[in-house]
Amino acid sequence: MTETPTPVASMTSAAAAGSPVDGILATATIVLSLVLAVWALVAAMRNRPPDRVQVAGLAVLELGLLALTVAALVALGGGERPGEPGAFFGYLVTLVCLPALAWVLARMEPTRWGSAIICAICLVTPVVVVRLQQTWEALGG
Amino acid sequence: MAETKTPRLATNSGPGRLLIAVYLVFAIAATSRAGLQIATKFDEAPVAYLLSALAALIYIVAAVGLARAGHAGRRIALACCAVELVGVVGVGALSLVDPDLFPDETVWSQFGSGYGYVPLLLPVLGLLWLWHTRPHPHPH
Repeated sequence: MTETPTPVASMTSAAAAGSPVDGILATATIVLSLVLAVWALVAAMRNRPPDRVQVAGLAVLELGLLALTVAALVALGGGERPGEPGAFFGYLVTLVCLPALAWVLARMEPTRWGSAIICAICLVTPVVVVRLQQTWEALGG
Repeated sequence: MAETKTPRLATNSGPGRLLIAVYLVFAIAATSRAGLQIATKFDEAPVAYLLSALAALIYIVAAVGLARAGHAGRRIALACCAVELVGVVGVGALSLVDPDLFPDETVWSQFGSGYGYVPLLLPVLGLLWLWHTRPHPHPH
């Protein structure tokens, strides 16, 4: 964690005012994703396939991420620009695909490994949210 | 943590599906990033961006190979994992020896440190999984 792909991003950990992807909504998606990852991990360890809680959690997570996307698009419409547009949109596209991907693959795998898939993707999601915030706030790039 | 022992495993079920999931995540991430970089600022670091695009393509093909599970699928996955391993080790070493070669980050720079070393881990796990699910030499 000492190195990030963009050196300039490392000094923007403090929440910059006005970033559309940094706030209560982003924090909520990170927390939800981590809680879901723990829940899915417990299910996988107990040899349980994905349950309703995991599926419902993924749905709520997807809604949260879509809301985050809308917030970013609104800010873009208002003339604001991310620090690193290429990486920002790359992460944004990836982010909204993640819960859907977890859901599709977990449906195909109704075993403990389905829960493991949801756990893995829910661990990746918070990382992508944080990277999204960094690529918005990075100056230059 | 009980290991289930099945004599013949398809590459696309159980832990294999988890591996495919991670491959798909990397495929989506690398494709969208490389696509946008090539579209918006290709001139800045053409080698790095083309390499990212190549890595993205290999992740996609590897995921498809693992998902198809048949004889051909296994070969495709094997080739992709081998190329990935050579790529991540080669580019990782080159990016340390001569940083000017890759002015912008690629998935494989510094052995994939920007991505939590997952790019280094993935082909190894892929090869182990292919080995674990190898068909028995006698068909009958």
